[in-house]
Amino acid sequence: MGFDFDVIERSLPYLFREGMTFTVTLTLIAMTGGIIFGTLLAMMRLSALKPVSMLAGAYVNLMRSIPLVLVIFWFFFLVPYIGAWITGANQPIRVGAWMSAVITFTMFEAAYYCEIMRAGIQSIARGQVWSGYALGLNYWQTMGYIVLPQAFRNMVPVLLTQTIILFQDTSLVYVISATDFLGAAAKIANRDYRLVEMYSFVAVVYFVISYSLSLLVKQLQNRIAVIR
Amino acid sequence: MHYSWHWKVLLETEPGGTGSYLHYLIVGLGWTLVTAAAAWVIALVIGAFVGTVRTTTLHWAVRIGNLYVEIFRNIPLIVQMFLWFFVVPELLPEQLGNWIKQMPPPWGSYLPAVMCLGIFTSVRIAEQVRAGINSLPRGQRMAGTALGLTQAQTYRYVILPQAFRIILPPLTSESMNIIKNSSVALTIGLLELTGRARAMQEFSFHVFEAFTAATVIYLLTNLVVVLLMRILEQRVRVPGLIAAGGAPQAGH
Repeated sequence: MGFDFDVIERSLPYLFREGMTFTVTLTLIAMTGGIIFGTLLAMMRLSALKPVSMLAGAYVNLMRSIPLVLVIFWFFFLVPYIGAWITGANQPIRVGAWMSAVITFTMFEAAYYCEIMRAGIQSIARGQVWSGYALGLNYWQTMGYIVLPQAFRNMVPVLLTQTIILFQDTSLVYVISATDFLGAAAKIANRDYRLVEMYSFVAVVYFVISYSLSLLVKQLQNRIAVIR
Repeated sequence: MHYSWHWKVLLETEPGGTGSYLHYLIVGLGWTLVTAAAAWVIALVIGAFVGTVRTTTLHWAVRIGNLYVEIFRNIPLIVQMFLWFFVVPELLPEQLGNWIKQMPPPWGSYLPAVMCLGIFTSVRIAEQVRAGINSLPRGQRMAGTALGLTQAQTYRYVILPQAFRIILPPLTSESMNIIKNSSVALTIGLLELTGRARAMQEFSFHVFEAFTAATVIYLLTNLVVVLLMRILEQRVRVPGLIAAGGAPQAGH
């Protein structure tokens, strides 16, 4: 059995238009949602109110203690019930693999982004917060105008590195039969019985993208390091 | 809308007839641990070696080490799993490839899963080892040279014993990661804990009982690992050193 490049060429439009679009869109939405929710969680974890910080801590630790595959299964089955509970329906509502994946990755990555943002917030000198209060700003203003912009800026390289991991992790939606880049390749691989070609190609594409992104992050890191 | 809980399902017999569902899940945990443990050995050996080599003055070896790390860090775990399961047996000499493909279950999935997880994790350990070695003061290395030790001896007696103690906390989280990551092996047919929870859901339709049980088992396992590693940390602690934490890192 020779290596058949033709099957890759034939399926390129499908792989990228269907598969890669799914993967990239999912990554971008989960990154945005994850960073927003993660920052809120970080603020909760650092809150002086014990119940609030404990709640956020429990959520983060739970997410970080169980495998992503299990989390994907959890949400895949849980979201229809939560949806029914919210809309008051008496049947679990139908949620597709796409919506389920978006919710799962946003909720899951938030736990990891939270830990990064928490470290970022804690790296800001205490005097910054005090001067905010001294100027008469309230908590949200101090956070929004003083602490978070600095914390975010310090953590941009780590947040981006986490996003590269997220980009790779989205391939796990394979377990709920979503058609992401890997899922699309797997469908072709099984249809044409070209597993070697398709999976090697998938590995090369993921490598090229992730490695290029990591080089960009490294460059950015050096640039930021000079300014500080 | 409500879900009718039925916890007793855990005590009912699973369709395979090997025992109760709970027993079925516990055996799954066994497979998770056996996979993770074997992979952990591979990861530690290769990771320690590659990480150490990357701090030496052998430029060609550093290059190869860097290449190794970049390759296995930038390909998703599930894709690597498929490479080991579907692609590697095809690329091997025909007899060996066939032997692997014809291994009876679960060994046919176990072997690729262990190789995949071991190599995947070795890269992360290599990074930790390198960081640990680089965090030591330069004077340690110089002192070794001044004492007349060779580079190999300096590593063996001065650098590595300290570096490994420093990186114990990140190694703890890596050992939990390898347990969690072993769940990806369900995609190549290994019935470990998550795979069995899903199978139980398919047989019994009790989705949330199955996943709750698996979640609780994972939490307890994590707890045990953390406790064991903490005991190890205290055993090997160097008196007078503040236990080193690490800078925040991205990871899973």
